[in-house]
Amino acid sequence: MKLVIESVSENESFARTVVAAYITRLDPTLEELADVKTAVSEAVTNSVIHGYCGKTGEIEVICTIQGKEITVQVTDHGVGISDIEKAMEPLYTTKPEWERSGMGFAFMEAFMDELKVTSEVGKGTTVLMKKQIGKERVE
Amino acid sequence: MQYDVQGNCLVIYITDDLDHYAVTKLRDESDRLIDREHVKHIIFDFTDVGFMDSSGIGLIMGRYKKVMFIGGKAAVTNVGETVNRIFHLSGLYRIIERFDSIPEALKEFQEKTGKENGNKL
Repeated sequence: MKLVIESVSENESFARTVVAAYITRLDPTLEELADVKTAVSEAVTNSVIHGYCGKTGEIEVICTIQGKEITVQVTDHGVGISDIEKAMEPLYTTKPEWERSGMGFAFMEAFMDELKVTSEVGKGTTVLMKKQIGKERVE
Repeated sequence: MQYDVQGNCLVIYITDDLDHYAVTKLRDESDRLIDREHVKHIIFDFTDVGFMDSSGIGLIMGRYKKVMFIGGKAAVTNVGETVNRIFHLSGLYRIIERFDSIPEALKEFQEKTGKENGNKL
């Protein structure tokens, strides 16, 4: 599934709702759904706020299912991140004046099984996340 | 979103998914009320919130910082399980109290205020 959206704040809820609908075929628990929705929301919000800094651009959300594992990839062609390690530190934010909590990446990490961030300054950022659905359930 | 000022407490009824988009709208209106109504304590009600991301943490912390300097407090009420997990993970409960209902939060805040006033007299 590939979704291309404009980098406006209103699209954050659209993106997470589409991904949630896409993964319902795996019969996720409400908790798993909430986890994925939060992670997608964080990634897309980062692209809107940081990647494009309020300017208009495209954000791609690619989602695939393999067995019971979902992969979500969120890509923007914005400013990029110069120090990914620093950006991923909990509570670190470059936008304190916007009251960003600095917890975006921490939430993505906590709610998904795997998180990989690749970025190039001036080119953009890709966030790749994976999660096994139905892990906790007794079959 | 709905707002209700009771004494020196502002109750904010959040009625949408609490993401960055909702926060941008909520922030200005609640700050306007905090200043205009001389609000000391803030109660965020989550009865109708099914989704929240880290933007919500930023909103609560930001409003709390506004009233903190005048001895004010912030609380969250009617928090569902999904939102509760995010509050726990963020460490929000170390500084902000959770109550089961709005009346309980109001009672706590207004009693405290009563005592403070009493001391002054």
